[in-house]
Amino acid sequence: MLELKNICYSVTEGGREKQILRDVSLKIDERFAAITGPNGSGKSTLAKIIAGILRPTSGSILLDGEDVTACSVTERANKGISFAFQQPVRFKGITVKDLISLAAGKKITVTEACSYLSEVGLCARDYIDREVSASLSGGELKRIEIATVLARGTRLSVFDEPEAGIDLWSFNSLISVFEKMYKRTKGSIVIISHQERILSIADKIVVVANGRVEKEGAREQILPSILGTNACRALTDKMEV
Amino acid sequence: MDELEKMLLMQVADLHKVPDGAYNIRSNGGSGGRRSTENIVISNRTDGKSGIDITVKAGTKNESVHIPVVITKGDYKETVYNDFYIGAGADVLIIAGCGIHNCGVEQAEHSGVHTFHLGKDAKVRYVEKHYGEGDGNGENVMNPSTVVYLEEGARLEMETTQIKGIDSTVRTTRAKLKKGANLVVREKIYTHGKQFAKTDFCVDLDGEGAGADVVSRSVAAEQSSQEFVSRINGNAKCSGHTECDAIIMDGARVTAVPELTANCVDAELIHEAAIGKIAGEQLIKLMTLGLTEQQAEEQIIKGFLS
Repeated sequence: MLELKNICYSVTEGGREKQILRDVSLKIDERFAAITGPNGSGKSTLAKIIAGILRPTSGSILLDGEDVTACSVTERANKGISFAFQQPVRFKGITVKDLISLAAGKKITVTEACSYLSEVGLCARDYIDREVSASLSGGELKRIEIATVLARGTRLSVFDEPEAGIDLWSFNSLISVFEKMYKRTKGSIVIISHQERILSIADKIVVVANGRVEKEGAREQILPSILGTNACRALTDKMEV
Repeated sequence: MDELEKMLLMQVADLHKVPDGAYNIRSNGGSGGRRSTENIVISNRTDGKSGIDITVKAGTKNESVHIPVVITKGDYKETVYNDFYIGAGADVLIIAGCGIHNCGVEQAEHSGVHTFHLGKDAKVRYVEKHYGEGDGNGENVMNPSTVVYLEEGARLEMETTQIKGIDSTVRTTRAKLKKGANLVVREKIYTHGKQFAKTDFCVDLDGEGAGADVVSRSVAAEQSSQEFVSRINGNAKCSGHTECDAIIMDGARVTAVPELTANCVDAELIHEAAIGKIAGEQLIKLMTLGLTEQQAEEQIIKGFLS
């Protein structure tokens, strides 16, 4: 499905080169893989490199064996990569229905919009005509962001910390969204997360620290070793209570 | 009416045929048809100026008036005065608009001066669209002026749209509001090429409890320029809000000048103005949905001006 080969990414800060990712190689064939690790370890950078939003300094990205390193964000999207932003983008004047239609790549009916929104626990009737703007709360925007990925139904869906900025109550329903998605998906899900409850439904866990893959393997193998460490903090970490 | 005039009517007034209710169609300075109804009377002016008087009987509800203007020739200039007298307690929809098709090389210019007198507790929704096109190099110029007098408890909602083809426009709006009266303005403008659009609002909130909400959303592309001036004078216990939200692209220029004056300690006045290019993250989000950068830009503008 997805293969990263020797990915390096560096930025120049104050005239000095700073390495964010150092020679990351990774293969994901599982239906549900979680990438975890301490804050600032390079997880979100890795997710953006997969989606094409950032270009690696060196290394290559393969999707089902095809080298997509040189492909733009649009090209990768059309080849089957979806990306859910950690901080959903707001648009003045674009409604929830417009955004889901754009994601689905066709004009969708109210019934179709409803089905995607109810998947993420929103009552569609209250939302489809609302603007994806500051009038929606962080939790609502996050769910709509996930609904856009559902509407695309691509072979690879990457979620960058879906739990960030979500209150505790919303978090519980968010977990059930991912549990359902796991059961139904025909493609692969890659999720950047700190949350034990998300990690505990993953097939594979990758631990990234200091821009490197520290360890990776099956959940049963990795999860016990990281519980209680900095890589996976308590349930309320990174959430707005 | 020929096909060209019908097409312009569709653009400015969504009219495919003769409208229901009262209407007056002005075509190249002449009459393209008129109908008065029992409650809405359209008549020629009596002061010698070009234009019409529209009188709506007190208490008239759920009726509409269409007064589109079409111009299909270049080297033509007109100033039209239309006065609206809306009786107390009436609630009507007024659809105006001007479409110019200028295939010559000379200038076509339409200046409409609309004066609204709304009686006590009268309500009007006023929709105005401007559209221009042409296959010559003639300029399309429109300078609409709107003057509004709102009696106690009256409310005017004004929606103005100028999306395409107007090379130069100066829109002037003046309003005076009495006790409990309300003015809502929603303006949408898209300029491109070397077009110029200026809007100039001045609202006097004279009565207690009067309120005004003037909001402009605009996109300035290519080498076009826009100027937004909005003045609200709070002369009593009142509330006023003015907002200019502009997307700037390419080599365009936008100036926003909000001006608030409180002449009463209980006047609550707010202005907001934001000018900026399309946020990079908005483009990227839509690109992750499979749109190209150009398609993403189009969708963002379409939404912003919808």
